[in-house]
Amino acid sequence: MNLTLKIWRQKNASDKGKMVDYKVNDISPDMSFLEMLDVLNEQLVNNDESPVAFDHDCREGICGMCSLYINGEAHGPDRGITTCQLHMRMFKDGDTITIEPFRATAFPVVKDLIVDRSSFDRIQHAGGFISVNTSGNTIDANAIPVNKHDADKAFEAATCIGCGACVASCKNSSAMLFVGAKVSQFALLPQGQVEATDRVLNMVKQMDEEGFGNCTNTGACEVECPKGISLENIARMNREYLAASIKG
Amino acid sequence: MALDSKIPKGPIKDKWTDYKNHIDLVNPANKRNIDVIIVGTGLAGGSAAATLAELGYNVKAFCFQDSPRRAHSIAAQGGINAAKNYQGDGDSTYRLFYDTVKGGDYRSREANVYRLAEVSANIIDQCVAQGVPFAREYGGLLDNRSFGGVLVSRTFYAAGQTGQQLLLGAYSAMNRQIGRGKIKMYNRHEMLDVVKVDGKARGIITRNLITGEIERHSAHAVVLGTGGYGNVFFLSTNAMGSNVTAAWKAHKRGAYFANPCYTQIHPTCIPVSGDHQSKLTLMSESLRNDGRIWVPKKMEDVEAIRNKTLKPKDIAEEDRDYYLERRYPAFGNLVPRDVASRAAKERCDAGFGVNATGEAVFLDFASAITRYGKEQAHVKGLNENDAALVKKLGQEVVKNKYGNLFQMYEKIVDQDPYNTPMMIYPAVHYTMGGVWVDYNLMTTVPGLYCIGEANFSDHGANRLGASALMQGLADGYFVLPYTIGDYLSNDIRTGPISTETKEFEDAENEVREKLNFFVTNEGQHSVDYFHKKLGKIMWNKVGMSRNVKGLTEAIAEIKELRAQFWKDVKVPGTNEEYNEELAKAGRVADFLELGELFAKDALNREESCGGHFREDSVELDGEQKGEALRDDENFAYVAAWEYKGEPSDAVLHKEQLEFKDIELKQRSYK
Repeated sequence: MNLTLKIWRQKNASDKGKMVDYKVNDISPDMSFLEMLDVLNEQLVNNDESPVAFDHDCREGICGMCSLYINGEAHGPDRGITTCQLHMRMFKDGDTITIEPFRATAFPVVKDLIVDRSSFDRIQHAGGFISVNTSGNTIDANAIPVNKHDADKAFEAATCIGCGACVASCKNSSAMLFVGAKVSQFALLPQGQVEATDRVLNMVKQMDEEGFGNCTNTGACEVECPKGISLENIARMNREYLAASIKG
Repeated sequence: MALDSKIPKGPIKDKWTDYKNHIDLVNPANKRNIDVIIVGTGLAGGSAAATLAELGYNVKAFCFQDSPRRAHSIAAQGGINAAKNYQGDGDSTYRLFYDTVKGGDYRSREANVYRLAEVSANIIDQCVAQGVPFAREYGGLLDNRSFGGVLVSRTFYAAGQTGQQLLLGAYSAMNRQIGRGKIKMYNRHEMLDVVKVDGKARGIITRNLITGEIERHSAHAVVLGTGGYGNVFFLSTNAMGSNVTAAWKAHKRGAYFANPCYTQIHPTCIPVSGDHQSKLTLMSESLRNDGRIWVPKKMEDVEAIRNKTLKPKDIAEEDRDYYLERRYPAFGNLVPRDVASRAAKERCDAGFGVNATGEAVFLDFASAITRYGKEQAHVKGLNENDAALVKKLGQEVVKNKYGNLFQMYEKIVDQDPYNTPMMIYPAVHYTMGGVWVDYNLMTTVPGLYCIGEANFSDHGANRLGASALMQGLADGYFVLPYTIGDYLSNDIRTGPISTETKEFEDAENEVREKLNFFVTNEGQHSVDYFHKKLGKIMWNKVGMSRNVKGLTEAIAEIKELRAQFWKDVKVPGTNEEYNEELAKAGRVADFLELGELFAKDALNREESCGGHFREDSVELDGEQKGEALRDDENFAYVAAWEYKGEPSDAVLHKEQLEFKDIELKQRSYK
């Protein structure tokens, strides 16, 4: 199929940036979206033009590196997947596809479609861990049984890949689904209880300092999340936060 | 230089304990004056960075991704082995050690493997304490499953995302130290050289991938945890950015490169569908717990399937060839990866491949769905003979176990694996070869360490499933922190290493020169053009089945391609900006050298072992007819190559392998 692409081009962080039109032809429906962009870039390199910069790495939906806003949706029109898992069979011949970066104050554009998501890392530095030394001299792994229901919920929260689709999809650019998932993972496990109070207070504080907005329960984040992280996690974080604030 | 593996004396079960009891330690006050560089933040690099920082060293960690959490360890699916024996099925440290040495086709170092088995149980304790949410049973205790090449259930897992959960565990341990200021993290930085001062590794040269800035970083020791080199085949299950550059630069600075030809071709991957393809996707080995692999027995059925006039589920049971169960009754669908891959190739070469390209076999869950469905119906007191109900219940069980893998498959192939068997074919997945290291995980360059997949040490000629995660974390959490201390104890009076020296200046200039060459060369072809060509040569002539003629041709063709690359490669843009083509050019340049050494090593090893299959070395008769034939008399050694300029000039050093605790014998999975 033949397609028109409208792509955000921005030379660097200080450049103003603009949308530029490109044509690509003979795209197979079996190609992934990023393979379609590979075709475009090969074409640009051969014509001595600058290729479109975009983040990608594992190309199997788990590293969280790819981050495109396609036709007004984070990771494009399909559900439960990242951009690298989006296939061209979701589009048809003659379509015009608009491709932008994930936009948020806390995700400044680096170049073209690449944004800086180090704010996510800094939130994790503030408390996204259990303070246990890595000596291996801990108690036996089966010494504390964990209710399967809680363990499964903790796992579901932990499957967050930190891509930032929740932020890009939110009208307030809120990171509460991302932070809520990490807080929930530890809140649901006995190992996470000891530092629960400090963790939620520190992570939320850092989240606010990074310039992420607040949650107004629209739920767009949950719809666009490639891993289906549930809004429940935001509610759980709010409960944890309230409890921690009262304890002070 | 003679190779000294520095294996401690004494009985195998006491070596590691005695070693730890007698090494030199660095006191906490002195650790604060010692810097360590760690390149790569996967399971090995990430766990090492966290642990060394926790011990008190000043760690600088580097990764090319935008966050350490994205290293490709994250894509590991199935699980992690540990000799916990929670199932009471006869597992032990010795048995894990034995299985790993046998699975590696007797080409690994006994002492290293025993140590790995010994610390494996600690990994699980450690990860649970960090909040890694492993799968649990209803009683609240940890669940296990079984992997290829073993007869016990020792694999711990978190659905099909075990690598992700373990990496996020290591990442969280790093975050704690980054927050404390003990790790200084450099994201989006690529290492482009190792700097040696007075013969010791004392730093690295990096390029900031955003700004193009070339930087000098110094330390008292340098650790590489930079993963494998499967992308030399262009198409592999590796991430797009996975590369050999760090390991190769180390090789050029004096680190021997061991067994480059040992590559794991994983049997269960989604087949290649066209030239546009940029990577291949793995379907976890855990699927072989429940999936049965087959092709049709009759050629007319094969043709009907290819023409889409017949559906696989309509082929009668007696017309199916479950070739793994037929050839290997003892292990069936759970034979090791190398054996399963070769068997798939054998059937497809014989013309029984089931897709348009003739390179695919079926992985079928119908029996498992029925089996689980009946079990569920029985438990719930429902009608076990109601086929529709049984199917529905069975599908639910399978979905719980492998849901994310089935979804991945469906998104890529556009077929529903709950109702029609998956089509799979082998693909390049893991490299057992890598930088040579001694028992201390130190390379032949003093002060330069190599851990995880990037080194060669533990998996011999074939890695067993769920052992890569085990090795990465064992090296980083529990082995390196001891061994590097012994070395650094000599550096307590050294003081900070200056980067304002001739050695750093020379290395930086060399790096700059190469980058300038790329952006000013007026070539015709993109980097990918050359990378794809290299991949084709490697897959066709240095792939799953190798012979003298093909290997000799490959060496000549790679040499020629390399010359063409340096004449004709085209890199747009400048060095002073984000320039992915430039980063790729440097990586492919190194793959073009490694590829030749790889073929040379395969040519030198005139035996079949593990993932290295030589057509001229097979069993000619008896029960094992047609199986790979090792030559222990002449090839029970590690081939460690010394850099001498062109790959063709590389000098071979042999580390003779000694088997004192395990008897060398032909691997049998019959």
